[in-house]
Amino acid sequence: MNITLKVWRQKNKDTKGGFKTYQADHVSSDMSFLEMLDVLNTSLIKKGEEPIHFDHDCREGICGMCSLYINGHPHGPLQTTTCQLHMRTFKDGETITVEPWRAKAFPIIKDLVVDRSAFDRIQQAGGYVSVNTGGVPDANEIPIPKKIADEAFDAAACIGCGACVAACKNASAMLFVSAKVSQLALLPQGQAEKKERAEKMVAQMDSEGFGSCTNTRACEAECPKGISVTNIARMNREYFSAMMTSYEVVVGGGE
Amino acid sequence: MKWIIDLFSSSLGRKLIMALTGLFLISFLIIHCTINAMIFFNDGGETFSYWGHFMGTNPVIRTLEIGLVAGFLIHIIQGLSLWRANHAARPVKYSVTKAPNSTWYSRSMGLLGTLLLLFLIMHTSHFWIPNRTNQFTHGEELPLYKMMFDVFSNPWIVFFYVIGCVSLFWHLLHGFASAFQSLGLNHLKYNGVISFVGTAFSIIVPFVFALMPIAVYFKWIN
Repeated sequence: MNITLKVWRQKNKDTKGGFKTYQADHVSSDMSFLEMLDVLNTSLIKKGEEPIHFDHDCREGICGMCSLYINGHPHGPLQTTTCQLHMRTFKDGETITVEPWRAKAFPIIKDLVVDRSAFDRIQQAGGYVSVNTGGVPDANEIPIPKKIADEAFDAAACIGCGACVAACKNASAMLFVSAKVSQLALLPQGQAEKKERAEKMVAQMDSEGFGSCTNTRACEAECPKGISVTNIARMNREYFSAMMTSYEVVVGGGE
Repeated sequence: MKWIIDLFSSSLGRKLIMALTGLFLISFLIIHCTINAMIFFNDGGETFSYWGHFMGTNPVIRTLEIGLVAGFLIHIIQGLSLWRANHAARPVKYSVTKAPNSTWYSRSMGLLGTLLLLFLIMHTSHFWIPNRTNQFTHGEELPLYKMMFDVFSNPWIVFFYVIGCVSLFWHLLHGFASAFQSLGLNHLKYNGVISFVGTAFSIIVPFVFALMPIAVYFKWIN
């Protein structure tokens, strides 16, 4: 296969970027999109040019590190991660446009690499369960209905890649945050901190500069892990009930 | 009380306001559409004028009207401000925007809302504003039924009213179900009902509204 690539090149977050066109010849249709970029980068290095910077890690579709906005879709035309996208998805001689995730909350570090640490900060704000140390409890000590366990597991399948933000016309992070709120809110272990979690994670999301949800469902259509927008409705419920019923903690103990 | 400010200034709280005011405006549409549809009785406007007089003079309704104006203003101002904030969340746009992954009308609520706002300005300046102004200055209502025949004798005005109704159709088609999602009311047992009622409402109400200027213009009622 011969492919023409239009790739976004940008030196760092302060400089202005632009598209550069590359020719990738003799591309195997069985290569993944990232392998195709590896081969292109090798040829660029041989020519003494700066290779194209892009995020990648496990290349098994489970780490959430790869990104790329390919031909108008996050992770390309298939509902999968870019590492699991194969060149056979494209036509011979096709021109492929590759852009970084575009969002105010995801500043570009270099070329196609964006800073997604906003997601980490949202997680740190409340996306956890505090567990005391002690003896290991029995495996099936807490009964959880199968359907609820499945639903929590589906929400937990979110790999935090940011495709939802990239796909959303408002660059909203609600699918990600709602999956993280849901996976714990559905389970008994998540109940103790559920109000505090919803409040803090939403507050952190807002402070990062993501947009609001307008229910276009573009995120759901593009999510490589098939996270559903029912999670967003659940987050809304969790947040509203938390804000209206939680105790306001006075810092300093009221001395 | 800081929590109330926090709630309604958060991204979720602002969507809550949009959903609640949106549903409130939908409830207004039901009443507005029902009363105006009385013109189709073709009884010289007798039934229509009776209910029009009730709506224009009943103290309870007049008090609720203040809430309605507030509902419109909040929905419009909050909508425009959310549109601005959402626009700012992606300062550099994508170069490839073809191959959409959502419906065009769900992405165009701001545009459709702006068209509706322009329609609303035209519509209120035809009927509501002159009528209320006259009530305040002379203490008398204007003959709305007669005014309707004057206004809708102009084909351009009929055309813009129909455009307004078409905008309303698309705005409701997304807005109705979207409001429930924003409120957190998404449940497999009820989603089908919400979607069916929302679609039926979006078709029936704008259709009946659009029929009014058309019927008057083509003299189907007299």
